Amino acid sequence: MTITDGRQTEPAIGPADPVAVDQWYALTALDEIPVGRAVRTKLLGVPVSYCRDHDGAPLAWLTQDSLPAGAPVDARTLDAPLPTMADYGYLWTTVGEPGGALFDIPETAEPDRRILNAGTFGIFTSGPRAVENFLDMGHLPFVHPGVLGQQPFTEIVDYQVEYRSSEIYAVNCLIFQPKAAAASTSGQMVNYTFRVPHPLCALLYKSTPEDDVRLDVIGLFVHPIDDGRVRAHLFNCLLDTVNTDGQLRRFQQGVLAQDKPILENQVPRQLPLDPDAEAPTRADKTSNAYRRWLSDLGMTYGVVASTQPGL
Amino acid sequence: MIKLYDYLLSVNCYKQRLLLSILDVPYERVDIDFYPGWEHKGAEFRKINPLGHIPVIDDDGYVLWDAHAILVYLASKYDPTGSWYPVSDPRRLGEVASWMLFAEGTTNTASAARLHVSLDYDFDLEACQAGAHRLFRVLDEHLWFQEQQGQEWVASGESPTVADIALFPDVALSEDGGISRLDYPALRRWTERVQRLPGFIDMPGIFPVAKAPA
Ligand SMILES: N[C@@H](CCC(=O)N[C@@H](CS)C(=O)NCC(=O)O)C(=O)O
Ligand SMILES: [Fe+2]
Repeated sequence: MTITDGRQTEPAIGPADPVAVDQWYALTALDEIPVGRAVRTKLLGVPVSYCRDHDGAPLAWLTQDSLPAGAPVDARTLDAPLPTMADYGYLWTTVGEPGGALFDIPETAEPDRRILNAGTFGIFTSGPRAVENFLDMGHLPFVHPGVLGQQPFTEIVDYQVEYRSSEIYAVNCLIFQPKAAAASTSGQMVNYTFRVPHPLCALLYKSTPEDDVRLDVIGLFVHPIDDGRVRAHLFNCLLDTVNTDGQLRRFQQGVLAQDKPILENQVPRQLPLDPDAEAPTRADKTSNAYRRWLSDLGMTYGVVASTQPGL
Repeated sequence: MIKLYDYLLSVNCYKQRLLLSILDVPYERVDIDFYPGWEHKGAEFRKINPLGHIPVIDDDGYVLWDAHAILVYLASKYDPTGSWYPVSDPRRLGEVASWMLFAEGTTNTASAARLHVSLDYDFDLEACQAGAHRLFRVLDEHLWFQEQQGQEWVASGESPTVADIALFPDVALSEDGGISRLDYPALRRWTERVQRLPGFIDMPGIFPVAKAPA
């Protein structure tokens, strides 16, 4: 992905935003997709359907009347399928021309990682709002008290935001967490790195109770149904030898269920990119970098574009 | 010790955790990977509840399912004051039964909308939302009249009952299903009263209320 997209032509389908359209999006975790039976959804407002083939390969296509939800699907007779990828445990597809591979998560190659979809949850919000919430450390003590933060430890010490090969990195973000992970047995200072490699996907790296050097990786991959409704996938790539999948999921799902009403109460559902549009919250340096980055990319879907000139 | 087959984000399981906490009864949680594992639909779990539903409790070998039935059992057995399930007062008991049946309706509308939005359950969202609003209007009016008579709870009497527990999560989490409570002031005041009960615990998605003035 490049920061300046010189393309002027409008996408053939979907919203008039080539930045949003020309991306890969994770629709659903592979092991949650029925084999040979159509599932209907929307991607950027475009009706799309998907399933897994009888050999397990992901299939996606523009929704057609002849294949209602639940209908048996035969890959050989499917006309005009959409491109798909099976990566990080999800089915990825696109209604545009991404022209490149998906971002790399090198940790997924480590053999002792627990890689799973902790859950996919529908939320009435836009993709950028969901990502911004994921990046915002300031909300942790207030929205996830007793788990990912604790009052009065709400001060966030200054940290660095960098751009590396057109991705955002926020490093050395420190916060006290009473229960940083399912495997935690006590509170600890946790060092976070946030990474934004895709307009609607973000990753965080945080210290783990089980390893002094390596980091837990947690991702938020957004499936934008339209510009006010998403499905949020919680990607886990953890170092944990203690908890069952169910216990890992319980931890992450509880956190996400606390964020859902916060996101749904934000007005408007689209993320204002104007730096002055919303009262600055504490420690929103990464959020601001993300807003600026979306502005620079020229993203217009799911945002309220900045009116400030010269950004 | 009581075993509760539980899922963190299930309103029906939360009803049990809430009552157990209020009654201060120790229990052991068995976490079911409800979503995305669908563990409750598997052959192993169906040996415990052939319906494939949670919650289920196992109290020293006594197995019971159905959220509202479990509330009745727990209150009858573990509330020494007899106030949560008032068997000695036929009129109140009738009201409790009536509002618990009403709560089946809020679960099938408000909480169904929540499952549709959050987990893509195949329900008609608008029908669920409209049904929830019809019931919330009735409940809001009822609670308003209760307040006029100095009554704070769903059933008459000085103290809350299992009917309040049965209704609370469907109401408190309605926004998750896109059902606003803006138009139901008495309903909002009642949820705050429930949240101030000694022993109250929340579940993710329920906003805490400020502590009551001393
Ligand atoms: N009538 C049952 C319904 C319980 C119920 O629907 N539980 C949900 C979780 S909140 C469940 O297990 N659903 C599985 C299903 O509906 O198949 C009760 O009150 O306990
Ligand atoms: Fe959060």
